[in-house]
Amino acid sequence: MMPLILTGLSAGYTNKPVLQSLSLALPAGRITALLGPNGCGKSTLLRCCARLLTPQGGEVLLGNEDLASLSARQLGQRLALLPQQHLVPEGVSVQELVGYGRSPWLNLFGRMGTLDRQRVQAAMEQTQIAQLATQQVCKLSGGQRQRAFLAMALAQDTPLLLLDEPTTWLDINHQIELMALLRERQQQGRTVVAVLHDLNQASRYCDHLVLMSAGCVVASGTPEQVMTPALLQQVFAIKAEVHPDPVSGRPMCIVL
Amino acid sequence: MKKPALTLAILLMLVALVLLLSVRYGSETLSFADLHRALQPADSHYFALVEYRLPRILLALLVGAALALSGVLVQGVIGNPLASPEILGVNHAAGLMSIGALMLFPGLSVMWLPLLAFIGALLAFALLRLAAGNSAPLRLALLGIALTALYASITDYLMLSHPLEINQALMWLTGSLWGRGWAFVYVALPWLLLLLPLSLLLCRPLDLLALGEEQATTLGINVRHAQQLILLLALALAAISVALCGPLSFIGLLAPHLTRRLVGGRHHWLIPGAMLIGALLLLLADLLARTLHPPLELPAGVLTAIIGAPYFFWLLMRTR
Repeated sequence: MMPLILTGLSAGYTNKPVLQSLSLALPAGRITALLGPNGCGKSTLLRCCARLLTPQGGEVLLGNEDLASLSARQLGQRLALLPQQHLVPEGVSVQELVGYGRSPWLNLFGRMGTLDRQRVQAAMEQTQIAQLATQQVCKLSGGQRQRAFLAMALAQDTPLLLLDEPTTWLDINHQIELMALLRERQQQGRTVVAVLHDLNQASRYCDHLVLMSAGCVVASGTPEQVMTPALLQQVFAIKAEVHPDPVSGRPMCIVL
Repeated sequence: MKKPALTLAILLMLVALVLLLSVRYGSETLSFADLHRALQPADSHYFALVEYRLPRILLALLVGAALALSGVLVQGVIGNPLASPEILGVNHAAGLMSIGALMLFPGLSVMWLPLLAFIGALLAFALLRLAAGNSAPLRLALLGIALTALYASITDYLMLSHPLEINQALMWLTGSLWGRGWAFVYVALPWLLLLLPLSLLLCRPLDLLALGEEQATTLGINVRHAQQLILLLALALAAISVALCGPLSFIGLLAPHLTRRLVGGRHHWLIPGAMLIGALLLLLADLLARTLHPPLELPAGVLTAIIGAPYFFWLLMRTR
């Protein structure tokens, strides 16, 4: 199990620092949600965790390895990312796309073995797109595409799974299925980190919440510790009451 | 059999067919019986067939395939199906180099043109790298377009200010296979035999780059390295082609585009498919160039443009 530890992380874009010496530990084998208003730096943080953005200072440790020291291929074996938007290639079937997830595990010639095929099949079944296997990805609906790309990330079979607003394009039933899938991954000992928008969804389905504002971490802890009227007021400038959800008992906010 | 595999098989047969036609037709039409006899050095058709027709047909096959492959590679890196090797400035720099040399040394033999073109293409690449540094492919493409315009305008200036010396150069600048003998084939073959298999190893990075740089990175690809390597290969292929046959427009753009519609976006189908279509296009263009007006010959480069332009008009009409 690999925790993700960020120490003194500074990152951003030219002339526009977003994160300034941020330190944060994301628990191993748990589902963490990154929350906060637009522009608070949660996507930047996620990009640093995927090494898509080179930090200007500080480091990101996955387990006991510095992310910066990994080779390109090792990176693909450690983490998978489901981005917010996808470039959909022409003339590629769902099965082929999900197969791309196996890339970091293949040799130079890229032949898939039995294990690779099993992982691809399993990922398609978990995301319920097995019946679309031979269809072209570019001809699918938005939600189906999202699930195909999720299946690719699952097939990659990495200890760390990063997701950028994964529920955005999905119908409510598929949103719930996605959260259940993440829970399944977590139970296999994987670390899951997702940027989420829906506070109540995050509180109900995640183990650990990180609340961000203006490039800083305002709170990091269990839903009970983070979902408080005072913190919601501070970060989102909303008046809200927090009550235990009658079904799951998790904190649930109701905006006044 | 899978559909792309079937398409490739059909393309292969078409190439074989056009090869056969190319061998038979030209300024003189040879029957199959003539062909058989012409392989003997004593035969009266021996020179026309073995020394003249065969090498240029082989060269058309190789250069057509190389240009198409170069197009696939450039499009894969720039991420735009309308990009082509030409936008990197290679063709025009090669042209400028050749024209410039002919101006400075009026008696220069045409045999030097391929070497000069190759040097020009390499210089253009070096300049592009120097100016663009390690920047993203889109910037590289824009810079390439700007440099292309610069090379073209200097070429035009030289041609307008020295109208007497340019006839030779003009012939070369339109792109042609006229008079290319075995020496050209021997120059092309080792390079292409080296570069073509190498490109097949790049199928997976190319497939993943089509998902965007970020997704390719998290799938274990060193995006910058892969892009550099692919572009270098594309430029080498384009430079060799332009050195051997002059700038042949549209093949590097049209062949990958057409192939993508036929076999889809996976590069292990796209690369061989585009090479077959590129070879087919150049063989056809050269066949037409030789047979439309015998004994007069048209430059194949004019014919590839004549085939290429309507294709894009048709495409434009369809996608509106």
